[in-house]
Amino acid sequence: MSETIIFYLLSGLAIGASALVIGQRNPMYSVMLLIASFGALAALYIQLDAPFVAVAQIIIYAGAIMVLFLFVVMLLNAPQEDAAEWDQLHPLRQRGVARFGAILAALLVVQLAWALFEIAEYEAPVGGQADAAAVSSVRELGRVLFERHAFAFEATSILILVAMVGAVVLARKEGPLS
Amino acid sequence: MIPLSHYLIVSAILFSIGTAGVFLRKNLITILLSIEIMLNAVNLTFVAFGRFRGDVDGQIITFFVMTVAAAEAAVGLAIVIALFRHRESLNPDAFRALKW
Repeated sequence: MSETIIFYLLSGLAIGASALVIGQRNPMYSVMLLIASFGALAALYIQLDAPFVAVAQIIIYAGAIMVLFLFVVMLLNAPQEDAAEWDQLHPLRQRGVARFGAILAALLVVQLAWALFEIAEYEAPVGGQADAAAVSSVRELGRVLFERHAFAFEATSILILVAMVGAVVLARKEGPLS
Repeated sequence: MIPLSHYLIVSAILFSIGTAGVFLRKNLITILLSIEIMLNAVNLTFVAFGRFRGDVDGQIITFFVMTVAAAEAAVGLAIVIALFRHRESLNPDAFRALKW
């Protein structure tokens, strides 16, 4: 029973913080709220018997990626959204088009909810088919990662290398190469 | 025990919030944050389905999604910095050199 209460508390926190990320006008607050949302998601991962994913979520997302975002927000020093006059003249900002877009977004939510309520295993508990020890073992995780998914793992390292080189090339000062 | 569908509903709501953020906001950094919300919603689905099936493949795919998110954040923020240096603005409507 307490498990259910904790689940609803954490998912409410994650959803509320994410909604506030969208609602904020100051990117600084958005980044902070997103860190809170990631913390709640990490707790949900612990509840799903995935402690290693939870720790990786905190270290990689909240620790590395969000600090990168914070650096850029502070570096650019442009906290407020500027509402220039081209916003109103933009063809996609007309009233009818905006209303049509809102209807499409509401339809997406309705469709997702309908698809979820129609599935056969709607009431099946998330841990129904297996015991927790099979999925929470970090030893098993590492074995599967380096045996079955070794190629994807190596491809990932190349992806990181390319992203690093690309970031350095894109963000460097323009001008003659010295 | 919490049903699998509740995790999927939470994930669907998070994904919808991220989609709405990409379409509604006019700040490049907030748009990138919305993409991170969407990636996290997908991660939650992967972990919940992995727990449901009782294998660790869901968690392993989550690591790959995290790696892609890190690469995307690095390259995306580098592009944002380069764009800001050109136009002194973070509004996506300000970058219309390739549009009509």
